[in-house]
Amino acid sequence: MMRSKPDEDDYWNSSKFRAFTFDDDDDEFSTLKESKRAVNSIVVDDDDDDDEDDVEKVSWSGEPVGTFPDVPSRSFAPELRKPKAEYKVSKPVLLVNLVKGRAYSFETFRSLKDKMLLLDEAVHANDGNVITAVLIFLKKSLSKEILSRELTSREIALRHYIHYLKEMGEQKSLVELLKSLGRTEDMALLQYKEHLNIKDEVRKKEYLKACIGLPFSPEDASHVQDHYTLLERQIIIEANDKQAENKVEVFKKHPRKASILNMPIITTLYYSCFYHYGEPEGTFSSPANIRSTFKISEKQYFLTVLGARAKLKEWFDVDRLFTAKNWFGYTKKKSPIGFHRVVDILQKNNAPVQVLQEYVSLVEDTEQKISLAQKYKCHDIVIDTYKDLKDRQQLIIYQGKVERNSPEDRKIQDLLNNTQIRWKN
Amino acid sequence: MAAHLSYGRVNLNILREAARKELREFLDKCAGSKAIVWDEYLTGPFGLIAQYSLLKEHEVEKMFTLKPGRLPAADVKNIIFFVRPKLELMDIIADNVASEDKLRTPRDFHVLFVPRRSLLCEQRLKEKGVLGSLINVDEYILDLIPYDGDLLSMESESAFRECYLENDQTSLYHTAKGLMTLQALYGTIPQIFGKGECARHVANMMLRMKREFAGCQTQILPVFDTLLLLDRNVDLLTPLATQLTYEGLIDEIYSINNGYVKLPPEKFAQKKQGEGEKDLPTEPKKLQLNSAEELYAEIRDKNFNAVGAALSKKAKIISAAFEERHNAKTVGEIKQFVSQLPHMQAARTSLANHTSVAELIKDITTSDAFFDNLTVEQEFMTGVDTDKANTYIEDCIARKDPLIKILRLVCMQSVCNNGLKQKVLDFYKREILQTYGFQHILTLNNLEKAGLLKLQTATRNNYPTIRKTLKLWMEDANEQVASHQFYVLQKAEYVPVCRPTSTGQQGENRITLVFFLGGVTYAEIAALRFLSQMEDGGTEYVIATTKLINGTSFIKSLMERLEVPP
Repeated sequence: MMRSKPDEDDYWNSSKFRAFTFDDDDDEFSTLKESKRAVNSIVVDDDDDDDEDDVEKVSWSGEPVGTFPDVPSRSFAPELRKPKAEYKVSKPVLLVNLVKGRAYSFETFRSLKDKMLLLDEAVHANDGNVITAVLIFLKKSLSKEILSRELTSREIALRHYIHYLKEMGEQKSLVELLKSLGRTEDMALLQYKEHLNIKDEVRKKEYLKACIGLPFSPEDASHVQDHYTLLERQIIIEANDKQAENKVEVFKKHPRKASILNMPIITTLYYSCFYHYGEPEGTFSSPANIRSTFKISEKQYFLTVLGARAKLKEWFDVDRLFTAKNWFGYTKKKSPIGFHRVVDILQKNNAPVQVLQEYVSLVEDTEQKISLAQKYKCHDIVIDTYKDLKDRQQLIIYQGKVERNSPEDRKIQDLLNNTQIRWKN
Repeated sequence: MAAHLSYGRVNLNILREAARKELREFLDKCAGSKAIVWDEYLTGPFGLIAQYSLLKEHEVEKMFTLKPGRLPAADVKNIIFFVRPKLELMDIIADNVASEDKLRTPRDFHVLFVPRRSLLCEQRLKEKGVLGSLINVDEYILDLIPYDGDLLSMESESAFRECYLENDQTSLYHTAKGLMTLQALYGTIPQIFGKGECARHVANMMLRMKREFAGCQTQILPVFDTLLLLDRNVDLLTPLATQLTYEGLIDEIYSINNGYVKLPPEKFAQKKQGEGEKDLPTEPKKLQLNSAEELYAEIRDKNFNAVGAALSKKAKIISAAFEERHNAKTVGEIKQFVSQLPHMQAARTSLANHTSVAELIKDITTSDAFFDNLTVEQEFMTGVDTDKANTYIEDCIARKDPLIKILRLVCMQSVCNNGLKQKVLDFYKREILQTYGFQHILTLNNLEKAGLLKLQTATRNNYPTIRKTLKLWMEDANEQVASHQFYVLQKAEYVPVCRPTSTGQQGENRITLVFFLGGVTYAEIAALRFLSQMEDGGTEYVIATTKLINGTSFIKSLMERLEVPP
């Protein structure tokens, strides 16, 4: 049942010229070049063909354009009628003809030479669909080795083939192809990517283990190794912690919101600082172990511990984290991260003023120190700092901000009354 | 006729009309009443070509969204699927067709592939046993879509990735085809210039296509004098940097899609007199953004700092215009005033909208996060400490800021420094993988392949030199103008000084079509518009691209899809 408009029926059903067929000699593709023909319309009869095709208007200019009559050229209608038709996908007449009402078959292409010619012409026509069609045919009719060998020297066809294999999810074929092309790193990464499709963590772990020996770049190889190690440990931690959920205090007080499996390293470290802080380095779940196994930077480590312990309001742990013994056995606070950030994190976790104060006082930049101290109402620090700066004016201003007759108020007043101090203003 | 397309030097309505005509023809091919089942992604681009009214004229009675299961009941003769050539969508179509209620009157099924058909998709339909049930299977080649009077885009998201990562030139082929279509309507462009490998390929393809059409010269006098093809990777820095024009910021923060932006509704709540506090709207406010809106056309390309002043000025003008009613004494004057009212009211609404938008943007631009980020970007661009690991980036990673933000900054540093030292690169990679997960090895690998992230080679870093020469431009340029402009001026070097003598109108402005292969940002468009206005009798620019991008969408297109199974 025709769907096209009545006036087009004749148009579609007639053909001014004999189209190219495959009864001609296989290797005489160039026979057409001497005859100037217009192939009026090459159309697929939509109803009796399974493989649909575009409707095209093509005409042959007669000039040799390669060995294949890939075609269209048409006088432009000055009006805008179907301007895009001229630029529709142009196909080798061969393929179009094959498709027209007949079985889609490349059977006549038997020799390797013919097949490669077909591929080269398809590439020349630049039509993705045609190239793909030919590649599918070649995939079936050539051995993997021969195909990949031939593709090595045909970049465009190769890319199309890789794209095709990806689209069709043919992982194995793709990996083999990349291997034979010597694109070993790509192959390794592609295989690594597959781990995302494995849901079961034990199977995933085994898969990652198998990936380790693949030809990654040296850096990537160490990352994959880490990934495996991490997952291996996470499985163990997860198993143990699931048991501990109803028994150990910290798990009961702060029930776990999610499993630790497949989490990034830093998240795992945070988890470990939360639930397993203080455990000896020998255990997989201890922060110290995670830190050393994965060579976590000092900054990251400090920030993570701080975040976790502050959340649990374990201020002593925070204190110990920053305390270091110097040469003389005196303790001193050190931090790879600025103390203003420490203050920030502590404050976000509602640390009491006494705790905040301790760290505000360690902020190096005086302006920042004063500003933080004011923000968090660490009065003593403000007062002492202004006193050190001998800034009487600021002290007076600040006195206006504190509560009347409070200890701070009196402290400021005492200072202001102190005649010994050489104020600068 | 789309109003916004008529304001440019080149009437892009012709292109749009051509596309509409094709659409009409296809719809008529499926004679009778019809319902369209939409691949949602396509509704945006189609909206630029045709509205529902056109579809209605061709008997489209219902529209549905493509989803699995049974199609809704609709008393129509034809069901047409408008889909991209994606295998997953074929499965849904098959599902729809198979689930058709056998007891009802059978409907005819058709498929329209946009922007082109795919053998694999048709094979899939065949495998699922539905290909035979489809009456018309066609392709609707939507290559270059006019977005505004001087802007065309193919909206091909994957173009950059395909060209620079996968070495796949399919999108370049389609670019060449799109340009051939353009030439059929606007005349063969006499000169083609380009920079970059992809530009070369496109030019070669175009010349070949032209040869294949030899003997059929178009009679149309060329509208465009020159075509300038530019590979995106000639300048990777500009798309990575935060844009600072009004339109650029809207895109960075809220994302402009197909000429529309969706904004948080709170600031747009209508305050009607006499009514109490209404419930705040929950639906995002959708605004159309194009040059048909006078105010928008004025402020879109300005540096955001200058927008406040422009809005203020406009507010005064509009106020004054409304005040005119007091001066209208005669019937004639009153009549004239009333006739201008709709225009004035539209201007006032426009002003209100953009004042709200500007406020929303200001909230972001005055934030510490924005300021800190911008500071680091500018440090990189001026070559400060680009060879060391950057503390701000490190801190952002530690805070677990969105990964794309991190990647943008790291890539920027790499580009500005002409590659990173091994130690620095390793450091960033490790920090990223440790914080965001190992699966991101794949994305980092992609970025390296695309040249956005790389190891420093022995060759000299040539960015400082470029910067010095262009600093001259910056000094002269108007303060109000976009700050990333100088990078575009760099590209202006490639526009030839010699004028073609034979073709083209003498004494009139030249029109150059600049085609960015791999994406273009609104900031760059703004810069080219500025150039267009700069010289009298100089060149005017029409911009085309494979995709309108910003730093976020740019990086995103290079990220591996990492859907972890639930």
